[in-house]
Amino acid sequence: MQLQQMYQEIILDHYKNPHGRGLRDPFDAESHQINPTCGDEVTLRVKLDGGTVADVSYDGQGCSISQASTSVLTDLVVGKPVDEAFRKMDAFVELMQGRGQVEPDEDVLEDGIAFAGVAKYPARVKCALLGWMAFKDAVARSEGARA
Amino acid sequence: MTTTATPLDVETVRADFPILGRTVREGKRLVYLDSGATSQRPRQVLDAERAFLETANAAVHRGAHQLAEEATDAYEAARQKVADFVGVDYGEIVFTKNATEGVNLVAYAMGNAAAAGPEAERFRLGPGDEIVVTEMEHHANLVPWQQLAQRTGATLRWFGVTDEGRLDLSDVDELVNERTKVVAFTHQSNVLGTVNPVRALVDAAARVGALTVLDACQSVPHGPVDFRALGVDFAVFSGHKMLGPSGVGVLYGRRALLEALPPFLTGGSMIEMVQMASSTFAPPPQRFEAGVPMTSQAVALGAAVDYLNAVGMDRVAEHEHLLTEVALRGLAEIPGVRVVGPTEAVDRGGAVSFVVEGIHAHDVGQVLDSLGIAVRVGHHCAWPLHRRMNAAATVRASFYLYNTLDEVAALVEGVREAQRFFGVA
Repeated sequence: MQLQQMYQEIILDHYKNPHGRGLRDPFDAESHQINPTCGDEVTLRVKLDGGTVADVSYDGQGCSISQASTSVLTDLVVGKPVDEAFRKMDAFVELMQGRGQVEPDEDVLEDGIAFAGVAKYPARVKCALLGWMAFKDAVARSEGARA
Repeated sequence: MTTTATPLDVETVRADFPILGRTVREGKRLVYLDSGATSQRPRQVLDAERAFLETANAAVHRGAHQLAEEATDAYEAARQKVADFVGVDYGEIVFTKNATEGVNLVAYAMGNAAAAGPEAERFRLGPGDEIVVTEMEHHANLVPWQQLAQRTGATLRWFGVTDEGRLDLSDVDELVNERTKVVAFTHQSNVLGTVNPVRALVDAAARVGALTVLDACQSVPHGPVDFRALGVDFAVFSGHKMLGPSGVGVLYGRRALLEALPPFLTGGSMIEMVQMASSTFAPPPQRFEAGVPMTSQAVALGAAVDYLNAVGMDRVAEHEHLLTEVALRGLAEIPGVRVVGPTEAVDRGGAVSFVVEGIHAHDVGQVLDSLGIAVRVGHHCAWPLHRRMNAAATVRASFYLYNTLDEVAALVEGVREAQRFFGVA
């Protein structure tokens, strides 16, 4: 059934038991992102420590895809150097924009590979990227604040 | 509700809509419950547009050759059909790109009144003047008024919405007062399904000399509507929500008002006399139709009006009323489902929005889609209304003359399936 392809168990697990959820202090920058077509939103904070992503915390409301994707994001980037986190982000964006034609690399994306099925539904790609856009923006703001 | 002699024969109607025969998502029969966003088109409408293009296509209102004559006649005949359909005169109907453009036309023309002659006095707005809308408006009947208020210094105010999803008219005499210049409101909410008391609002506006602007996008396609009887000054609706093409909408304006209203878009076709330094303008409706208009779309909209007339708008309304009643009853029986809007099919149209506890609207919509059921999810271009109703997003099923009771049953069963899938049943 198509539905199971999209809603992999991994996604539903992250949705029901999100990792790293809740806004925390201290943080360097915060980003608020909205999906204007559905009203879903996420507020995401980033704490950097010498070029490493020390913490990502977030709150928001939205569909299972947007919430699970943000949960996976925290697993992938916290504790990683910013440039490595951005490489993972690029890989995730490429996967999501690939219309189901991109073969994901589990070594890079870990649980993120579960979103391969979502990429076949163009209307849901924005959902999956909402938290990632907030992460990108928050890192840019915190780096901008230090520069 | 009055009962027509013979009810609508839905299978006969469906046979006219080729798209309803297709399957989606691996062979599922299409259940199209998104007519509030856009309706499907019958063969008669598609054929009319093609026939016009194959036999009479030309730029209207220019040229003296035979095709130009025939194209102009077809375009103007469509205007007459539309006018008759909503109970007004031929010269009171302006074709626009869509309903959104119709609202903007009125709002921008009012903004242009400051620089126009004394005949436009009643359209002028400035600091101290007030524009009144409602909290249940589609963005298309809200944002243009916000912008007009910002451009002119006027104040935007609004009627609230009750928990049940009705307009709160308790403060009507305070809200609509001697400072009010415009009262803009929807006839039927695209989210709640609520049918508003047009007469009460028109009377309130008339007492203080304010203009009324009616968003009729969700009413004109679904039942008999007579703008003259309703007494509104302006009204808009779209072609693509009433079996017609996209790319054509309709603005109605009372004749005396259109005659005094300054233009919005300017250029070819809308002029009377042009000199290098200045111009004078054509009488309405041409004054508001600058450039070569959407011709085949208008002609096809005329065919859509013919189609709806042949079915009978009373029959359409009665059919949708039945579907709405059954849908409301079916959804009410599912624990965890909250209908956002009136739960009784009284003064209520066939847009049924709801939330399912524990499942986001997107996810409900995805499960329904996997079953072949097309609904809308999100805020349906009515974000402030969703905030008011404490819903981040809703699922909306909207019915039309081609929907069946089986399809309503499929919707209800699909919602139960979503609850099973996400483990909240």
